[in-house]
Amino acid sequence: MDLSAINPLILVASLMVAATPILLAAIGELVVEKAGILNLGVEGMMITGAICGFAIAVETGSPFWGFIAAAVGGALLSLVFAFLTQYLLSNQVATGLALTLFGLGLSSLLGQKYMGVKPPSTSKLDIPFLSDIPGIGRVLFQHDPMVYFSIALIAAVWLMLKYSRIGLVLRAVGENHDAAHALGYKVVRIRIGAIAFGGACAGLGGAYLSLIRVPQWTEGMTAGAGWIALAIVVFASWRPWRILMGAYLFGGVTVLQLNLQAAGLAIPVEYLSMSPYLITIIVLVIINRSTQSAPAELGQVFHASH
Amino acid sequence: MLRLEKRPSPSKMWTALTPILAVILTMIAGGVLFWILGKDPVEAIRTIFWDPLFHEDFAAYSRPQLLVKAGPLILIAVGLSLGFRAGIWNIGAEGQYIIGAICGAAVGLAFYPSESFLIFPAMVIAGALGGWAWAMIPGILRTRFNTNEILVSLLLVYVAEQLLASMSLGLLRNPEGRGFPGSRNFRDFPAAHNGEIFANTGMHWGVVAAFIAVIFVYILLSRHILGFQIRVAGQSPKAARFAGVNPNRLILFCLGTSGALAGLAGLFEVSGPAGQISIDFNSGYGFTAIIVAFLGRLNPIGILLAGLLMALTYIGGELAQLMLGLPSAAIQAFQGMLLFFLLAVDVLSNYRIKFSRSEGA
Repeated sequence: MDLSAINPLILVASLMVAATPILLAAIGELVVEKAGILNLGVEGMMITGAICGFAIAVETGSPFWGFIAAAVGGALLSLVFAFLTQYLLSNQVATGLALTLFGLGLSSLLGQKYMGVKPPSTSKLDIPFLSDIPGIGRVLFQHDPMVYFSIALIAAVWLMLKYSRIGLVLRAVGENHDAAHALGYKVVRIRIGAIAFGGACAGLGGAYLSLIRVPQWTEGMTAGAGWIALAIVVFASWRPWRILMGAYLFGGVTVLQLNLQAAGLAIPVEYLSMSPYLITIIVLVIINRSTQSAPAELGQVFHASH
Repeated sequence: MLRLEKRPSPSKMWTALTPILAVILTMIAGGVLFWILGKDPVEAIRTIFWDPLFHEDFAAYSRPQLLVKAGPLILIAVGLSLGFRAGIWNIGAEGQYIIGAICGAAVGLAFYPSESFLIFPAMVIAGALGGWAWAMIPGILRTRFNTNEILVSLLLVYVAEQLLASMSLGLLRNPEGRGFPGSRNFRDFPAAHNGEIFANTGMHWGVVAAFIAVIFVYILLSRHILGFQIRVAGQSPKAARFAGVNPNRLILFCLGTSGALAGLAGLFEVSGPAGQISIDFNSGYGFTAIIVAFLGRLNPIGILLAGLLMALTYIGGELAQLMLGLPSAAIQAFQGMLLFFLLAVDVLSNYRIKFSRSEGA
C-alpha cells in the first residue's frame, strides 16, 4: 500500500465534486422540510433528473440545457408528490417511497437508449487571478460552474430563510400550518412551491452525477445518494450552512475510501464501499440529540376544513 | 368546486374498493405508457394479467411461478404491515432479506455435505435470526438514540448489498466453483435444499411460511393485546400513551418481527428458487413488498391477495418482455404507478367529496 500517492490537495478538489450532488439535493430537501413537508422521494427525483439531464445534454450537445431539463424533470416528478400529499392528503412517507420506486423504474425506462453513451463534457471555470494562487488556487477555483452554483444556492437559501418575507412565511407554514392559514397565507400553494423547488434541486444533483461526476448513465446510479441527502438534512439540524459542512464531510469520506481502494489498502473493497453509508448512520446517531430543531409540522397532513 | 370533508372513521366500502379501483387506473395508465413505447396496450395488459394464468402454452409454466414469487412478497409484506400500522417505518426489508439469506445459507454450507435432517431447520432459524438482528440495528438506534429508523434501515440495505458481494466473492464462495463468484448450489445439497413440496405447484416451505405468517398476524391483530396496541399507536399516539403502550417495546417488536420474516423470506429464496448466494440473487422483493403491504391495505388477508397480484405482474412482465419486447423497467415503473394510484384513491375512504359553489371569501 502506498498512502503517499494520496495527495491531500487533490483530495480536497475531488471531495468538492463528490459532495456537490448530495449538496444540491439536500439544500432542496431542506426548503421542503422547512415548509413542513417530508418528501422521501429524493432518490427517485435525483435519478429522474440524472436521466433527463443526460438525455437532453446528449441530444442537444449542451450540458447547460441538460441541467435545465434535469431541474424541470425533477420538479415535474415532485409535483406528482405535491398533488397527492396536498390535494389528496395522502401519507407523506408512503407517497415519498412511491416516488422513489416509480422514479427508479421510470429512469431506467427512459435511459435504455443511453447506456454506454458519452455525454458532452462540461467546461471548467478558470476564475482569473484566484486560480493562479499557488496550491489552493487550483484546488478551490478550477471547478465546473455547478460546484460554485451549489455553494451560491446555499447562500441564497440561507438569505431567503433568514432575511426575506418569503422565508418567514415558509417557516411559519412549517412551524404551525393552522396559524399560517388563519393569517391568510396560502399554505398549500406555498408548500407546492417548496416541493417543486426541492424536486428541481434533486434533479440538478442527479444530473451532476450523470453529466460530471461519473460521467455516464447506468441504471440505479444514484446508489442511495438521495437517502444520504435526507440524512444530511437531519445532520444539519435544518440549517443551510451545516448542509455544506455535512455534504463536504460525506464527500470527503467517499473520496478517501475511493483513494484507499486505489492505493490497495488491505481491507477488502466491499468493506470500504460500505463505509460512507455506515458513517452516515454513525453521524445520524451522534447528531440526533438535536431533533428539537425539526420544523414542528414536519410530515403532518394539513386539511383546512373551511 | 370540489371540497373534501373528513369522515369520522374510514369508509368500510371504499377501503375494500380502493385497491380494485387503483388496479384499474394503473391498467389504464400503464396501457398509455405501453402505447407510448409503441406496443399495443390491450395486448400488453392481456399478456401481463391474463396469459400467465390462462394461456395454453405458458400457463403450465407460469402458474407455479405465481406461488414462488408471491411467497417472499407476502412473507415480507405481512411483517412490514405491522410496523406501518403503528407508524414505524421499516423500509430496509431488502437488507434484512439479504442478511437472512446469508446467515441461513452460511449455516447450511458449514455442514456440507452432511445429510442430517436437522440442517434445514437450523438454516431457517439462522435466517430468521439474521434478519431480526439486522432490523434490530435501526430498532435499537431508534429507542436508544432517537435516530430516524427510516433512514437507518434504508442505508443498511446498501451495507447489506456490499456484504453480499463480499460473501459471494469470498467466505461463501464455492470452493469447487473454478473461481466463479457465488456459493455452492443448494440443488446439489439435498439436506439443505428448499425444494417443491408438491411437484409443479411452486409450493415450497417459504410459501407455507407465508401462509402461516398471514394467519398468525391476523390473529395477532384481531385477538391479541399487542395487535390492539399496534392499531392504537398508529391511529392515535396520544391515546396509546394513555393506554399504557410502551412505545419502545412496540418499535422493537415491529422492527424485529418484520426483520425476522424478511430474513426467512431471504433464506427460503436462496435455498430454493435462487439456489445459491450470488451477487445479485436478491431481486428487490424487499422494496416491492412495500407496495404489496399498501395494496393489501395493511391487512393480512388483503396482503395475501395483493402478493398474488404483484407476483402476477412480475411473471406477466417477464412474459411481456419475451413476447412483446417490453423493457423490464416498464414493469418496475408500472408497479410504482400502482402505489401512486393506491395512495391517490385512498382519499375516498378517508374523506367525503362534496360539491359546492365556490364561496366569495
